[in-house]
Amino acid sequence: MADTFFLGAALAILAAAMLSLYRVIRGPSIIDRIVGVNVIGTKTIAVIVLTGHLFGRAELFIDIALLYALINFIGALALSRYFERKGVDVTSERAR
Amino acid sequence: MTVLGMALISGGVFFLVTGAVGMVRFPDIYTRMHAAGKCDTLGSLLVMTGLACHDGFVLTSAKLLIAAGFILVTSPTATHAIARAARQSGVEAWTAEGNR
Repeated sequence: MADTFFLGAALAILAAAMLSLYRVIRGPSIIDRIVGVNVIGTKTIAVIVLTGHLFGRAELFIDIALLYALINFIGALALSRYFERKGVDVTSERAR
Repeated sequence: MTVLGMALISGGVFFLVTGAVGMVRFPDIYTRMHAAGKCDTLGSLLVMTGLACHDGFVLTSAKLLIAAGFILVTSPTATHAIARAARQSGVEAWTAEGNR
């Protein structure tokens, strides 16, 4: 019973990741895309840990999730530092 | 313990999904960041602590709680850095009377 619950939760989180993928594609400015990637990153951590429990090797997958959190954090910082200097041109059209 | 774990995980999934929906529907960068950053951190925190409760007292739940603590610290800082980058490069906040 627990496994089907984990599978359902993982699929729901993946659907939410697709939603934020839409924001990454559609985002009018660079900053939206950075936020989208950051959000997908944290969502994949949850999915990794859930699938870890599904496959029965929880220890291995938690290390992967921790590593992924580290890299996601560093990436977000590097991107924001770069675009802070480069400047952002927000197109005027409002994303509906 | 497992029932508590499942309740926490479903709460976490709820927050992750609402964060994603919030990201799509909000009109401005800052509002999207606001929705995404907070709901995401809380969502993955709940999922991780839920899994830790589900596992009981084993090494994996200790590792899970460490990872959850790590995310609790890094995710808001990352969102803050992105918001600062947006602010520095002159992105104005969305105002209601501008576009009804």
